[in-house]
Amino acid sequence: MNLHLKVWRQKSAQSEGRLADYEARNIPEDCSFLEMLDLVNEDLLSKGEEPIAFDHDCREGICGMCSLTINGIPHGPSETTTCQLYMRKFKDGQTIYIEPFRVGAFPLLRDLAVNRSAFDRIQQAGGFVSAHVGAAPDGNAILVPKTQADRAMEAAACIGCGACAAACPNASAMLFVGAKVTHLGSLPQGQPERDRRVLAMVRQMDAEGFGNCSNYLECEAVCPAEIPNSVIGQLNRDYASALVKDTL
Amino acid sequence: MNLLLSFWRSSIGKKWLVALSGLALLGFVAGHLVGNLQMFGGPSKINAYAEFLHANEKPLWVARIGIIAAFVLHVAATITLVLQNKSARPQAYQLGRNVQAKISTRTMAYSGLTVLSFVVFHLLHYTFRLTDPRFKVIAEGGLLETSHDVYRMVLLGFQSPLVSGFYLLSVGLLSLHLSHGISSAVQTFGLESKRSAQRIRQTGRLLSGAIFVGYASIPTAVLLGFLK
Amino acid sequence: MSLTLDSNIPSGPLAGKWEKHKFESKLINPANRRKFEIIVVGTGLAGAAAAATLGELGYKVKAFCFQDSPRRAHSIAAQGGINAAKNYQNDGDSVHRLFYDTIKGGDFRAREANVHRLAEVSVSIIDHCVALGVPFAREYGGLLDNRSFGGAQVSRTFYARGQTGQQLLLGAYSALNRQIAAGSVEMHSRTEMLDLVLIDGHAKGIVTRDLVTGEIKSWAADCVIMATGGYGNVFYLSTNAKGSNVTATYRAHRRGAAFANPCYTQIHPTCIPVAGDHQSKLTLMSESLRNDGRVWVPKKKGDSRPSSQIPEDERDYYLERKYPSFGNLAPRDISSRSAKEVCDEGRGVGPGGLGVYLDFADSIKRLGEDKIRERYGNLFDIYHQITGENAYQMPMRIFPAVHYTMGGLWVDYNLMSNVPGLFVLGEANFSDHGANRLGASALMQGLADGYFVIPYTIGNYLAPAIGKRPSTDHPAFKQTESEVRAQLQRFLSIKGRRSVESFHRELGLLMWDQCGMARSERSLTKALKRIPALREEFWQDAKILGDNESLNTSLEQAGRVADFLEFGELMCLDALARNESCGGHFREEFQTPDGEAQRNDNDYAHVAAWEYQGYGQAPKRHIEPLTYEEVKLATRSYK
Ligand SMILES: Cc1cc2nc3c(=O)[nH]c(=O)nc-3n(C[C@H](O)[C@H](O)[C@H](O)COP(=O)(O)OP(=O)(O)OC[C@H]3O[C@@H](n4cnc5c(N)ncnc54)[C@H](O)[C@@H]3O)c2cc1C
Ligand code: HEM
Ligand code: HEM
Ligand code: SF4
Ligand code: F3S
Ligand code: FES
Repeated sequence: MNLHLKVWRQKSAQSEGRLADYEARNIPEDCSFLEMLDLVNEDLLSKGEEPIAFDHDCREGICGMCSLTINGIPHGPSETTTCQLYMRKFKDGQTIYIEPFRVGAFPLLRDLAVNRSAFDRIQQAGGFVSAHVGAAPDGNAILVPKTQADRAMEAAACIGCGACAAACPNASAMLFVGAKVTHLGSLPQGQPERDRRVLAMVRQMDAEGFGNCSNYLECEAVCPAEIPNSVIGQLNRDYASALVKDTL
Repeated sequence: MNLLLSFWRSSIGKKWLVALSGLALLGFVAGHLVGNLQMFGGPSKINAYAEFLHANEKPLWVARIGIIAAFVLHVAATITLVLQNKSARPQAYQLGRNVQAKISTRTMAYSGLTVLSFVVFHLLHYTFRLTDPRFKVIAEGGLLETSHDVYRMVLLGFQSPLVSGFYLLSVGLLSLHLSHGISSAVQTFGLESKRSAQRIRQTGRLLSGAIFVGYASIPTAVLLGFLK
Repeated sequence: MSLTLDSNIPSGPLAGKWEKHKFESKLINPANRRKFEIIVVGTGLAGAAAAATLGELGYKVKAFCFQDSPRRAHSIAAQGGINAAKNYQNDGDSVHRLFYDTIKGGDFRAREANVHRLAEVSVSIIDHCVALGVPFAREYGGLLDNRSFGGAQVSRTFYARGQTGQQLLLGAYSALNRQIAAGSVEMHSRTEMLDLVLIDGHAKGIVTRDLVTGEIKSWAADCVIMATGGYGNVFYLSTNAKGSNVTATYRAHRRGAAFANPCYTQIHPTCIPVAGDHQSKLTLMSESLRNDGRVWVPKKKGDSRPSSQIPEDERDYYLERKYPSFGNLAPRDISSRSAKEVCDEGRGVGPGGLGVYLDFADSIKRLGEDKIRERYGNLFDIYHQITGENAYQMPMRIFPAVHYTMGGLWVDYNLMSNVPGLFVLGEANFSDHGANRLGASALMQGLADGYFVIPYTIGNYLAPAIGKRPSTDHPAFKQTESEVRAQLQRFLSIKGRRSVESFHRELGLLMWDQCGMARSERSLTKALKRIPALREEFWQDAKILGDNESLNTSLEQAGRVADFLEFGELMCLDALARNESCGGHFREEFQTPDGEAQRNDNDYAHVAAWEYQGYGQAPKRHIEPLTYEEVKLATRSYK
């Protein structure tokens, strides 16, 4: 198939960016979206143009490194990640816009690659259980009901890709933060630090300059890990209760 | 006060303030609607209601102050949030798209601002009665029999298609605001689960629809001549 | 410098070695730990666990990874599970059995002492991960759930849906985050290690390139830990992430670290078959699928009927037929080679006849679709995403692919390489899996190394070295930096016509054909002729645009491919020198009449460790004999 691409090119954060037009020719339908970009890059290289920079690593939808906004939708029309989007989802001759994740807290590095270390810093603020190596009780010492374990797993599946913030009209990171708060908050191991965790993570989230949730539900729609919106509700509830306890 | 401040200072706290004040306002809107529907009971009914309200000055003022506070808080918080949210994405997408956000969701600021301007007009219109010289008792050159002749005032007011039209538009937008707002507040409180989400959203839309029908029925009935 | 391979295995009975060693290892008091700086390259299970634990102990740690976040290390992709000798299922498991299974699984080419230690600490790994909040699968009663995994007759595998590696890594990442917040670990993402710095023969630092700005920088430390993962991408197509590379370990090898058993590669039997030339990587379907899926091909050659129209008696469930006691759970090398055999016979299915069926129809009938969905839902989704086929309704198609590399830098019992001060952890070292790795044991090894081994053994090197950390002003750093710069400059000045990617592809195909699932003297000799020529072409004709001072993915790739082009040769040499078949190394010349691998314990029960002799020079082969005190060398039989 042949496609018309409009790709965001920007040499660095300081320089001006623009949409460049490229033709992608003879793309097999079984190609993944990133493999399509590989082919375009080979073509650019042969013409002496620098290849398009984009982030990727595992190419199987789990590492969360790939990050394109395709026709206005983070990760495009796939149910999962960009790397698991296959060209059979597109029509021959279609025009495809490819842009970076546009979030103020994710500064652009080059072309389609952005810096998502804001997410790391939010996790550093409190996304952990303080367990010393070697001091843990037997794995079965504390029983965890299956329903709780499943809820924790559902939320823990977040791959940290940032698509939620990229899709949210407010560039809010609440789905991401809610996922971690729900994961650890659903397990007995996460209880002692539950209040401290949510306060610290939200403080960091605000400091990074993410927007605030208005319940648009766009995040949930694009999330490749199918993190449900109810984690934001959980976040709101945990936060309010922790804040009340903290203030009074 | 401390608590209010700590809520105001964080994104999620502010969100709670918006939702709580929004629900307080919703309570008023629903109560006001019940009062207004007495129009269909004829002049005696609604006028007696108005008289009853004004006879209880103290509780009325308590309620008024509550509503004003909620309104101010709601507006101040939403405006700061909207500004913050705008600056969280300094560079917009060349091609932006939504997957599932409803129009009501995307227009909260606009519908809210329309409601704001409506309320200003509405207060000048029926509460301070500054927009229409007829809304005075007969002795002062108006057409009302007593200062509590709300029935006649509303009737006169809505006979103008322009006024009615603006009311209809405004309550329409209010209901749009609420069709997102109600379920959104439930989610803000964290009461929504994956299973109940769909039902909550439907209930929200249903309620806001009912509010629209209720409010819209009065100007419509006047225009169509059912209320005379 | 002459190379000595002293494994430092403690004396005494096998089961007591680790306890004894821990007791005899040197301790460093908490106040002194703050005086040591440790570099950890890599933040996968091994690296993140090590950095977090050493930080917790009070050492000053600097950690590096090339991805944009430590959470993205390739450990994230492991699906199936992690073994531990908990015996929660009361089915006869024990530390000794896990030890024995792992030694046997490795085809008797691993060190007994290391493997026993691995089995011992496996128990603590689970406890610690649970404490960190890893959401392992649970039974209704709230107990941890287990499943069985290829090559084992007990259920000892712990899992978290099909995302075990992800959850374990996120657990280690969270522990790492806690230390970063506490200030004991300094994290440097998007920073690639390009060389190791030796001072007086000791590893005392590294030189890195900032992948965003291109800045070349030196880092000094008291010792260097490398946990940089495996080199499966030498085959271009593999289940590894695109960025997985041999650069860190190979460059350390060039500085004197011995590379052990590079030819041991594991071919995973259950991957999604290749669809075409554009393909950039292969996707694994966790072999846990083999618990409930049955492998078959048509009995008839070239049978092109759709699977549903092939009647039961015309199907060949070849694993169940050939290995009745293990059936579909036969070890990876056996399953892979059997798949290759039936495809070579012309009975393969799907495009190009390179695939076999993995059929869930019976399990769905027995357990219901919901149960299968619960167990493997996300794998079925991945399969659907990639192939467009619904595996609930038709069998999956699978084919073997390169998956894991058992070889790596040689290390002793302390996990220190022959270069003093250079420690190597996780898949990057060679130590615990012998010639083949059983399923669910790499995660175990990575975490064992990071959480439970290195924190004890590092003291043996550090304690006597207190106060000896050089500064980056030392001429060795300046020298190494300028060599790194010169190489980058050389890449940029080739200005040839061919893309780096195309060289990588060509090398990969060559390696797969000549040094893949089956190797022979003829094929290896062929590869050994072609690789140097290809390497020359690369240096003449590679096209790398842009500059060093910005994010330049082609330049990053050039360095990695250049190393693969040298390393591939080492792999072939190792394969050629090992005149036997064992585990993940199958030499066509050495097989039994019915096609099974034929080991040669008399001549090859040893580790081959290669010493670098200079660019283009034949490396030198050293051996570390493997002595078995506890187990009797037996022919692996999975019949
Ligand atoms: C698809 C797949 C499925 C698997 N499933 C299982 C399973 O079910 N059970 C099991 O036990 N094992 C499984 N394995 C194997 C197991 O996942 C890996 O062997 C293990 O996770 C390796 O961990 P590691 O910490 O050694 O390295 P990795 O996780 O690969 O980490 C390497 C780290 O090194 C860094 N790095 C590399 N080079 C450099 C450099 N030059 N400079 C700076 N940083 C560098 C990277 O950034 C990364 O942080 C699977 C492997 C794959 C590929
Ligand atoms: C009678 C009047 C009003 C009622 C009943 C009302 C009700 C609500 C409710 C219930 C919400 C949902 C809160 C949540 O998402 O948790 C909401 C949100 C909102 N309201 Fe109002 N509102 C009223 C007036 C206004 C006015 C005058 C404005 C204009 C400034 C306004 C602007 C907004 C905005 C922008 C939001 C979305 C805030 C966000 O989530 O980011 N509202 N309102
Ligand atoms: C058809 C629709 C409506 C009618 C007929 C109506 C009628 C009235 C009347 C007659 C009064 C004055 C009562 C008095 O002072 O005696 C009043 C007051 C008021 N109305 Fe409405 N109203 C309508 C819709 C609304 C809506 C949609 C809102 C809010 C969003 C609203 C908000 C108010 C407020 C805030 C007051 C002042 C209350 C007070 O003085 O305490 N009204 N309305
Ligand atoms: S919540 Fe979903 S969209 Fe957001 S970072 Fe996690 S996986 Fe990505
Ligand atoms: S899209 Fe944004 S507004 Fe909330 S529900 Fe998701 S974070
Ligand atoms: S490249 Fe890893 S999720 Fe897409």
